[in-house]
Formats: sequence, C-alpha cells, structure tokens
Amino acid sequence: MVQASIDGVLLGILFALIAYGMALQWGVMSIINIAQGELVILGGYVAYYMYTAGIHPIFGVIVSPIVMYFLGLLLYKTIINKVINRDLFFSILATFGISILAQQLMNILFGSDVVVAQSNLGTTFLFDDSVSLPNAKILSAAVGTLVAIVLVIYMKKSKLGRAIRATAQNARAAKILGVDTDKVYSSIFGINAALCGIAGALISITFTLHPYVGLPYTVRSFMIVIVAGLGNLPAVALSGMGLGVFEEFADYIFGTEFRIGAVFLLLVFVLVYRRFKLSRKREYLK
Amino acid sequence: MTKNNRIIYGLILILGIAAPFLFPGFKLQISFMWLLVVLALTWDVQGGQMGYNSFGNILFFGIGMYVCAGVQIGMFFPLAEWTASGGEETFVHTPTQYFQGFFIGLILSGIVPGIVAALIGYGVLGLRGQYFAICTLGLGIAAGEIAGGIELIGAGQGMTSPPWPKNIGSLELRSQFFYYLCFALMAATFLFLKYAYQTRFGLVLNAIRDNEDKAEAMGIHTMRYKITGWIVSACFLGVAGGLMGNMVGYIEPVEIAFAGATFGVFMVLMAILGGKGTLWGPVIGAIAFHIFKEGFWTFFLGWQYVALGALIVIIVVFFPEGIMGWLRERYPDKFGETVDESDIKAQVELK
Repeated sequence: MVQASIDGVLLGILFALIAYGMALQWGVMSIINIAQGELVILGGYVAYYMYTAGIHPIFGVIVSPIVMYFLGLLLYKTIINKVINRDLFFSILATFGISILAQQLMNILFGSDVVVAQSNLGTTFLFDDSVSLPNAKILSAAVGTLVAIVLVIYMKKSKLGRAIRATAQNARAAKILGVDTDKVYSSIFGINAALCGIAGALISITFTLHPYVGLPYTVRSFMIVIVAGLGNLPAVALSGMGLGVFEEFADYIFGTEFRIGAVFLLLVFVLVYRRFKLSRKREYLK
Repeated sequence: MTKNNRIIYGLILILGIAAPFLFPGFKLQISFMWLLVVLALTWDVQGGQMGYNSFGNILFFGIGMYVCAGVQIGMFFPLAEWTASGGEETFVHTPTQYFQGFFIGLILSGIVPGIVAALIGYGVLGLRGQYFAICTLGLGIAAGEIAGGIELIGAGQGMTSPPWPKNIGSLELRSQFFYYLCFALMAATFLFLKYAYQTRFGLVLNAIRDNEDKAEAMGIHTMRYKITGWIVSACFLGVAGGLMGNMVGYIEPVEIAFAGATFGVFMVLMAILGGKGTLWGPVIGAIAFHIFKEGFWTFFLGWQYVALGALIVIIVVFFPEGIMGWLRERYPDKFGETVDESDIKAQVELK
C-alpha cells in the first residue's frame, strides 16, 4: 500500500507536467490537443535513441525538449494555426488525426516493441526494505518539479509570459494593444511540445515506451485539467498526484489488464459527476 | 416526394438489388459499404443534426457485435467452452439453430445497445461540446479495454462467431444472404431517419444544435429528445455491429469490435466528408470514402493508417463543409435557397 502510494505520487508529478502543457493550450489557444500523448511518447523515443547511441538517457531531458520544441513549431505552422479560430470540435478531430498519424509513423519507424531506456541508477529501499524505489523515479520526479517551478516563474516574470497571460484573458484586446498573438500561440505550442518532451524523456527512463500508449496520457492530462481548472498550478500538481495514486491502486486491486480501462472510466465518472453537480444550479461545464 | 426523387430512389433500389449480380467479385466490399453508410448516418444523428460530436458511438457497434454472437452461441452451447475452444469445430450449429440464433441475436443486438444508450444517456448527454466529445472517446476506449479483460467473451484474443452451416449451400449463398441483409439495414436506417427528420423530432434535434438553452426555454425537454436520438443511433449501430461480426466471422475487442481508431473515426470522417447535418451527406460521404479507401489502400501498403491520419487532417483542415456543403454553396437554388446578390455585395467582412 505504501509502495503504491509513493509510486503514484512520483508518477503523478509527470502527469501534472503534461497536464500543465495541456492547460496552457486549452486556456490560451482554446485547443484540445489529442496528440499530446503522442508528443510525450515521441519525446521518450528521442531519449531512447540517445540511450541506444551510448549516451546516458538522462541527458534526454535536455535534448528532447529542444527537438520537440521545433517539432511543435512545425505542427503549429502547418496545421494548428488553421483550426485555431474554428469550432473546438475541429481542433479535436484534427489533433486526433495527428495522433493517429504519429502513432502509425512511430510504429513503422521505431517498431512496435515495448522499449525502456536503462538508466542504471540503482534503487533506494525505505521502511525496512518494504518499499523499493528506483532512483530513476525519484530523479524524474525531482526534475519534473524543478521544470514546473522554473516554468511558473517564467510565466510570471518574463515578457512572453505576460503576453501569454494577456492573450489568455482576451485575445482580441491583446492584439489591439500590440501583442503578436500568432507568435504567442506558436510559442505556446512549442513550449507545450517541449514540456511533453521532458516528460517523455523522464518516462522513458522510469517506465516503458510503446507507439500506442500515447492516448492514455492525453486522457490523463485532460482529466487533470478538468478537475484542477485552467491555470491553477498547485491544483494541477495535486490532482496529478491523486490520479497517479488512483492508478497504482487500480492496478493493485483490479489487475494490470484493467489499468487503462480504469483510467478511461474514471474520466467518464469525473465528467458525469461534475455535470450532475453543476446541473443542480442549472449550469453546465464550459 | 417529387417525381424526380422517386426516380432516384427507384434507381438506388434497383442498383442495390442488382449489385451482387452486376459485380459478383465485389459483393463483400459493397456489403461493407452499406454498413459504413449506416455508421455514418447514425453518427450524423448526433454529430450533424444534434450538434453533439460523439467519438464513442463505436461503443454500441461493439456491444451489438458481442451480443449478437453471444446470443447465437449461448442459445445452444455453453459460451465459455466455445470461446475456450478458440473456434475449433467442437460445436456445430444445424441450419435451423443457426438461423434461429441469428434472428434472435440480431434483434437483441438492436435492443441491448439501445438500453445501454438509455442508461448512460442521462449522465453523458448532459455534457456539452468538447466535454461530450472527450467523454464519449473515453467510453469507447474503456469498453474495448474492459472487453479485452473478460474471459467469457475471449478476452484479448477474441472469439469466433458461428460459421455458416455446412449443408445448406455454398459460400456464395452466404455472401448473398449477408449482402441483402446489409442493404436492407441501410435502407431501413435511411428511410427511418428520413421520416424522423421530417417530424417534430428532427426539428427539435436541430433546435438543440442551434441553441440548446433557447430550446429548453421554449419548453422542450431537450434531455428526452437527446436520449431518444442516442437510442435510435444505438439500435441501428448495434444491428450493424451484429451483422459485421457475422460477416467477418471473428470478433476481437480492440481491432474489430471497439475499433476506435478505424470504424470509430471512419464514421465521423465519412459524415464530415459528405457534409454533416444533411440526410444525403453521410450516404455520399460513406460511399466516396469507401471507394477511395478500397481503391487507394493498396498503394499505401503498410502505410494505410498513416494515410488515414493524413486524410483526417486534410479533410478537417481544408474541407470541413463536406461535399453537400460545397454543392450547397455552388448551387443554392437546388436546395431551395434564394440568393440575394445585392445583400452579398453589401456584406462587410468582419474580422
């Protein structure tokens, strides 16, 4: 039980990182990116290929966001900027298309095997050896926290951060006051992809990679954003950890084959619960 | 119905009945095409007419498939042993058993998904816009994952549906039998929806799409209509699933029954390609999509799904109005719309 809780919290920090990227896009660009999970997995593969080339995969945390940043910019320039002003449904469908495209490309290019980058960092034992924690997990949680803190400070202090917050409040007014919203959008998409890259690199050393496991990450981050609300970082971190703990317990109770199913069902329950709570005041999720 | 329309319907009916003799080699393909038309039409009840973009209608398709095969087998043989034997010919249906089971299975494969839709409808249909889309996406995938964990229906390996009984005719007869069932299902779905869209029901669905709050303020119980619409979709989709399961002969949870990445997306894509929110759009879209898919799939050997992803992006980004929308813009008078030239000139584009 203690093992599951601690695992869950460490896992949850990574979820929160991905969810923060999701919240950024959703809040500022009003786009729901179904391909979020695929960006994570792609970032993971960058780290994995560094590992196969003989470099320690932890350096993937530096390289993979850079690669992913430019990939994000490319995606934005080619596809995303055409759906940004349309109905949300079109952005969902377009990114769903990107997600299928990316899955299949990864399947062809990287093979359909489950891969993991060995970090060889050893294991820490706690509580008289009843809990075993790979150091890689602790490290990844620490890196995740650090990145989140840096990002929050950046959003608060920098000029781009201020532009982003202004655009989120009112894109039209920001445009009138001289904010280049197109640039803001493209940089958000890039930052989000970079965040996914970092998370993916951390996942590649602590968990496993496979071309088809992207969608669960999308759904997890979506769920975290719904529960926590847009732009509320402490809540995002907390609900990320909560989700991680839930998953470890679901794994423990129902068995591993129902783990992904439990995540998707939890999504449905969260949404329906929110809907019933709001409908008492005759409101609905917006 | 004008005289012109009658000719079109008659032509389609004749073509549909004669198709297995005209193109004997493509019988199975054309049967799949009619099923895809059903998929697109039923999706359009939510996505087009009601404005609720569902990604999870595949749920009913899969349930129908499992229910039909399960009933067919379970009526005569123990289901668990059938799936455990993995399609070995331990149990053989006699022709009477086969058709009895098939008939009851098809009826139940319409009813059970309808009941499921009614049960979950109240919770799920209260969500709007993107929340509904993501929620249904989750439902569809969760169903596949859970079905993959249940031993009784074969878990991840899947199960076989009962084979065609041996001593009543060749496989030729089998494909003809299924062809006409598919065509009949398509015709029934189309005619039912055509009728339904002309009634108050269709008007209410459109009112919900245009402005749900206002529709509610006008005194319409929108929730009832939304659930009814979903049940209609679920029934026809379930029957389509039952037919598909029998035609393919093999049911697998993630790739065939709850295939969110293929049929689940196809139905959305076909409806958008044809033009959502129209009666003919999904039909045209499904036929065009199927012909394109079958015609060009072989060129992308191994890269089919990459092409599919690219196709989704292209259709959504560059062609969101669909074929019917394009036709409507091109020939508005054919759709009973009048164009005021001076009004168009007077319009100022707002940015």
